[in-house]
Amino acid sequence: MGCVQTSFYKNYMMKRTFSWLSAWALASGLLMVSCSFPDEKDDTDPIETGTIQLQFDNIVGDKDLQLDSTRYMNAVGEDFTVSKLNYYISNIKLIRLDGGVFTVPQDSSYFLIREANKESQKLTIRNVLTGDYTGIEFTVGVDSVRSVMEPDSPGRKGILDIYAGPTNEEEMYWNWNPGYIFLKLEGSSDSSTTPNGKYYYHIGFFGGRTARTINNLRTVKLTFPSQKAIVTTSIVSNVLIQADVQKVFNGTTQLSIKKSSSLMFTDSSKYVADNYAGMFHVKEIKIN
Amino acid sequence: MRKVTGILLFGVALLAWAVSCKKSSTDTPGPKPSDNTPTPLQWTKPSYFPDPVYDLSKNPLTVEGVELGKFLFYDGILSRTDNIGCGTCHQQQAAFTHHGHDLSHGVDDKIGTRNAPSVQNMAWNTSFFWDGGVHDMDMVPPVPIQNKVEMDERVGNVIEKLKKTPVAGATKQVDYPKMFKAAFGSDSITADRMMQALSQFMMTMVSATSRYDYFLRGDASALTAQEKDGLSIFKQKCASCHAGELFTDQKFRNNGLVPNRINDQGRYNITLNAEDRLKFKVPSLRNVGLTAPYMHDGRFTTLEQVLDHYANDKPGSKDSIYVSPTLDPLLNVAGQKRGISLTSAEKQSIIAFLKTLNDDDFIKDKRFSDPGIGTSF
Repeated sequence: MGCVQTSFYKNYMMKRTFSWLSAWALASGLLMVSCSFPDEKDDTDPIETGTIQLQFDNIVGDKDLQLDSTRYMNAVGEDFTVSKLNYYISNIKLIRLDGGVFTVPQDSSYFLIREANKESQKLTIRNVLTGDYTGIEFTVGVDSVRSVMEPDSPGRKGILDIYAGPTNEEEMYWNWNPGYIFLKLEGSSDSSTTPNGKYYYHIGFFGGRTARTINNLRTVKLTFPSQKAIVTTSIVSNVLIQADVQKVFNGTTQLSIKKSSSLMFTDSSKYVADNYAGMFHVKEIKIN
Repeated sequence: MRKVTGILLFGVALLAWAVSCKKSSTDTPGPKPSDNTPTPLQWTKPSYFPDPVYDLSKNPLTVEGVELGKFLFYDGILSRTDNIGCGTCHQQQAAFTHHGHDLSHGVDDKIGTRNAPSVQNMAWNTSFFWDGGVHDMDMVPPVPIQNKVEMDERVGNVIEKLKKTPVAGATKQVDYPKMFKAAFGSDSITADRMMQALSQFMMTMVSATSRYDYFLRGDASALTAQEKDGLSIFKQKCASCHAGELFTDQKFRNNGLVPNRINDQGRYNITLNAEDRLKFKVPSLRNVGLTAPYMHDGRFTTLEQVLDHYANDKPGSKDSIYVSPTLDPLLNVAGQKRGISLTSAEKQSIIAFLKTLNDDDFIKDKRFSDPGIGTSF
């Protein structure tokens, strides 16, 4: 039976060789028409792009943040040091002078700022539409769309890889309640009530996947002071964004390390998120 | 014939387009040398089970993948101390629970907060763990691996350790690069592949050969009269939560247990929603006769104690149903005594029936057994 089928198939194939050839011809024709990808376009593209740099600088009040070595005082008079400060910056948008918005492509719009790593604080955004920019918008944290992507999908690799690289090393992910820790602030304080005298603020929660949870994603909008950030094919503007740790304790809600030495899985985490959403401001813009 | 040719032409064109229009950077599954091709493994569900929740199309089972998953499941290399494997707290003879342990101990004899749930019929779980924090089987293994009192290891570090096998002089010689190559066609060891292999193994751990299953398949003599009686009482009084042939509705419920010393809030710890306080996942009752102790913290050692709790009739003791705003309405019907009314004889029949869910083939099946690398304490 199998033999009969095979010979029938051979016979059929010979008769149809011409048809197959034309099929391939047609297929390759289709191929040429439809196989052009955005990143494979030739240089006839009239759109000009340049580069912008975002330099994050963590400070405490008016002083540069020093890990471990310096003891600070918050607004309620509690001393504290900072041993760790990490946070995600994502979904960056640049506001043009004419009011238009340039959205940084998703795949190059996720960063993990780490105080202990200088390189991580310098964000280089390429392929920015040339023009004059007057402001910036970004999310502190990792949006819900990325958060619910399969961990093995390409969109969850690189800085968002939960099994390798900085996210893994800094333990910026809760695996038992899957989600990124948007901001992690730790240090010591004489006011802390934990056995080791440390305080821990680990803030996450993107709104929930299978059940609704609180949403601590915060969008920050900043206007550039006096200057514009100019992006041309040759001019690179460097936007210095300062983040003031004091504001984490002392913002819309005044936090006390004595009352809240550990804030992680609690409704109160939203107050921390509200506070740190207000810790950013643009200090200056340098043109290179 | 002309029409057929036309369709063929179109089909081929479409196929050629589909194949060649992938970006060059993506993997195109092409023919591999035969010695590198894993052997597909057919997975079939028991006919009276619902469709599996796990998406097999994203991780098709292979003989080599399942074998790798089994080694990973039992190997203590997953823990910081190299001696706590999944199989340490999920032991086959206890239907993959931790026999004799209300709370399990992990690295350095540290004690956890919840009773190790059974690893069985995982393919149908809509969520995992007592609080349902994880929704995808591929994301289950990192939880115990990275829990400080369970395995206290980092997944990234496990990957590094696996790459360095076989370790010269080690008593257990496992060559993971070779096994990953057999399972996935190349010896690249990644966390994604590790999770896929573990899921493949767990997919195969199906329990559906208990006496009750033979009864379901038409052998009326598989259950005694008392067991059949128990089944019908069970259907009336227990099956609203322990529903279907998997004996769980997969929901989270507060079954009136007095909060324990650590005031474990269960599902609430995941959602921070006040309506979820003290709720825990309704567990499957398959193999329940083998998985003592019971409840999320293992507080009951026997099925009798469990039914006494639900019946709320312990002699001389006051109300055993703890009343709180989230108490399940089924245990708190207006005008009735809280709990589920059960006579002593009914309890006996239900327990007799529940024991027919013990699956001896499952707990002896060599396919699921420790390949000689595990530890159990």
